[in-house]
Amino acid sequence: MAHKFAELGHPIQLAARQSKTLGAEKTNLQLRYGVPVTLHEFDALLTETHAQFLAMLPELPEIAVSIVGLMGSQEGSERDHLLASCVMRSNYEGPANILALLANRFEERGSGTLVGVSSVAGERGRATNYVYGSAKAGFTAFLSGLRNRLAKRGVHVVTVLPGYVATKMTEGINLPARLTAQPSEVAEGIVVAVKRKKDVIYVRPVWRLIMLIIRLIPEGLFKGIRM
Amino acid sequence: MKLSGWGRFPVVDAQVYVPRDVEALQELVASKPSVIARGCGRAYGDSAINSSATIDMRRLNRMLGFDPKTGQLIAEAGVVLCDIIAAFLPRGWFPMVTPGTKFVTLGGMIAADVHGKNHRRHGSFRGCVDWIEVMGADGSIQRCSRESHVELFEHTLGGMGLTGIILRAAVRLRAVETGWIRQTTIPAPNLRSAMTALERAQDSTYSVAWIDCLGTGENLGRSLVFLGDHASAPDLPIHRSLHPFATPAKRKLSVPFNFPCFALNRFSLRTFNSLYYRVGAWNRGQQLVDWDSYFYPLDAVADWHRIYGRKGLAQFQCALPLSGSEEGLSALLQAVAKASAGSFLAVLKRFGPQESRISFPMEGYSLALDFPITAKISDLLANLDRITIEHGGRFYLAKDSRMSAETLRASDDRVGSFVRMRAESGWKTSFQSAQAERLVL
Ligand SMILES: Cc1cc2nc3c(=O)[nH]c(=O)nc-3n(C[C@H](O)[C@H](O)[C@H](O)COP(=O)(O)OP(=O)(O)OC[C@H]3O[C@@H](n4cnc5c(N)ncnc54)[C@H](O)[C@@H]3O)c2cc1C
Ligand SMILES: NC(=O)c1ccc[n+]([C@@H]2O[C@H](COP(=O)([O-])OP(=O)(O)OC[C@H]3O[C@@H](n4cnc5c(N)ncnc54)[C@H](OP(=O)(O)O)[C@@H]3O)[C@@H](O)[C@H]2O)c1
Repeated sequence: MAHKFAELGHPIQLAARQSKTLGAEKTNLQLRYGVPVTLHEFDALLTETHAQFLAMLPELPEIAVSIVGLMGSQEGSERDHLLASCVMRSNYEGPANILALLANRFEERGSGTLVGVSSVAGERGRATNYVYGSAKAGFTAFLSGLRNRLAKRGVHVVTVLPGYVATKMTEGINLPARLTAQPSEVAEGIVVAVKRKKDVIYVRPVWRLIMLIIRLIPEGLFKGIRM
Repeated sequence: MKLSGWGRFPVVDAQVYVPRDVEALQELVASKPSVIARGCGRAYGDSAINSSATIDMRRLNRMLGFDPKTGQLIAEAGVVLCDIIAAFLPRGWFPMVTPGTKFVTLGGMIAADVHGKNHRRHGSFRGCVDWIEVMGADGSIQRCSRESHVELFEHTLGGMGLTGIILRAAVRLRAVETGWIRQTTIPAPNLRSAMTALERAQDSTYSVAWIDCLGTGENLGRSLVFLGDHASAPDLPIHRSLHPFATPAKRKLSVPFNFPCFALNRFSLRTFNSLYYRVGAWNRGQQLVDWDSYFYPLDAVADWHRIYGRKGLAQFQCALPLSGSEEGLSALLQAVAKASAGSFLAVLKRFGPQESRISFPMEGYSLALDFPITAKISDLLANLDRITIEHGGRFYLAKDSRMSAETLRASDDRVGSFVRMRAESGWKTSFQSAQAERLVL
């Protein structure tokens, strides 16, 4: 993600937990693209620190992308309410909170783009991952509302609903190759969406169709299907 | 998954792993009985395939440091050459040595100790490598150079991944003033005049001859000799000298399907060859050529290897010592012409002196040919092997997909000590490729 924006000449601010471990990545981005790169400590779950985090940034960014997310195991979430809560907060509360703060600042400035990476899992709750899915559903709704609110204020909001992506999150899961995007594809999709001011993207277009079908299945039928 | 080299032969069912970080790599190396590293898979045969664990290194691809005073770049082994050029040419730096494609990894260039058209002047890739870090079977990481852990350093250059996993390296880039090459094209009616032109070219940084390998009799070895030097800023026309590193964007051609084999009959090759010959002759003399067209003409045709049809292609590349070169080359070209096997690309290079334990080049000449794989081709290739050995030559492992262990040993008396070194160091059990198995390395 950072590579695609850096390649276009954007300065990069990387925000993450244990941001010090990103030193090599910072050098890499600087060497490859010759853009300034800074590192910032950020934990989406520590919502009370977010205002301070923003205040410490050397510069308010023009484009902000949240990719924070946590899948957790569905079974784990069913048994352990602390894990379930962590999944819910990591996918909804945390990302929504930081984007909300950024939104206000962008609105004041009258420009900016916010990108939230949500998931197709939020389009309908399924037995196999509804804890994660419900949090993503919340986040998707939040982004949609934010977009609606800021549409006339010069601030654009992009919702990203990737289908399967080959990342650490899905490592070891046997995903169908045709439905699975590479992280660089998602990044490319986001760069284009930002440039063309798209509202909602699915990365691989086939997912738009798949999700349309999944949403159309009547609940009575849906509850009998294991998916 | 089904895995092959650039020649698409052989195809092997192999388990591929793509570690994200050093820890994941360590875990893989420790847990698998044997592994082999893989870069971009541009080696032609089975050098970068291990059926039980092939490790794709391309995620370990960070650039870690650059010293603008010396041009030294420190990077992880999975960095691809085209990214190095993209990052550093605009700042006035170019690779010291480059193969004929920019889609190779740093690790792959070190493991094959690649050579470019400037081997005579600057030697193999080894010359620009200051140090390398290699992961051993126990996951430990050793930094080696000409001063420390010398044996590991020497055997890793040209060792085709069989001494461990190259993790990081420090390599020096060359300072250049522009992204352009001053090229001189010399048509040569036969092998002897091509060799004379190459011999006379010792002051050119780059030199290479393209041979029409269907020429027979007095046309045997009919070639175009291309000499080149990095253009300096005053060499450029005014409109280019303002942006000396900007070169025209390339249109990407592609070969969308597997060319049927019959497209390669004698006739179509003959037309292809003589056309190429004439186009070159029209532009005789000096030209300014951008770096991409000069060094990587084949990269402009994505997947050009598909031209050779579904069965794939075999490359043949040998190096002959200076003394046996003329005789050896003409015997090789005669054998090719007689078999009517044709070849799109026959490339002749003059190699300079080469230091190393196991790298391919030796002072003399190198001939590279490629052939579509057909039923008849193995006889011809065996014949070429024999001629090479008779003239004291040896073979390039990065291009090999079919040589026998005996042929390798007959061509290269360094193999014995390489194999001994592998056994003693424990590399033999831990780092294995399909090629190493075939060649009993
Ligand atoms: C069109 C074309 C033109 C070419 N021209 C030239 C040329 O002019 N001169 C020349 O010398 N070669 C040339 N080659 C060959 C090519 O440069 C080499 O095969 C090179 O090794 C390919 O790099 P790769 O990253 O694709 O490695 P791969 O093909 O994936 O692997 C090649 C070897 O390197 C080893 N390896 C790769 N990465 C590592 C690592 N991190 N640690 C340890 N071992 C590793 C593999 O085990 C394998 O033995 C050409 C190839 C093509 C397709
Ligand atoms: N992979 C898929 O198939 C898929 C499909 C649809 C949507 N998505 C979404 O895509 C996004 C990226 O996921 P991924 O596949 O790349 O998985 P990933 O590798 O697990 O990435 C998740 C990222 O979120 C960060 N993160 C988690 N909790 C955080 C917190 N509290 N504070 C700060 N950072 C936190 C993680 O940082 P650490 O390194 O510190 O843990 C990690 O970098 C996620 O939102 C995911 O839900 C993925």
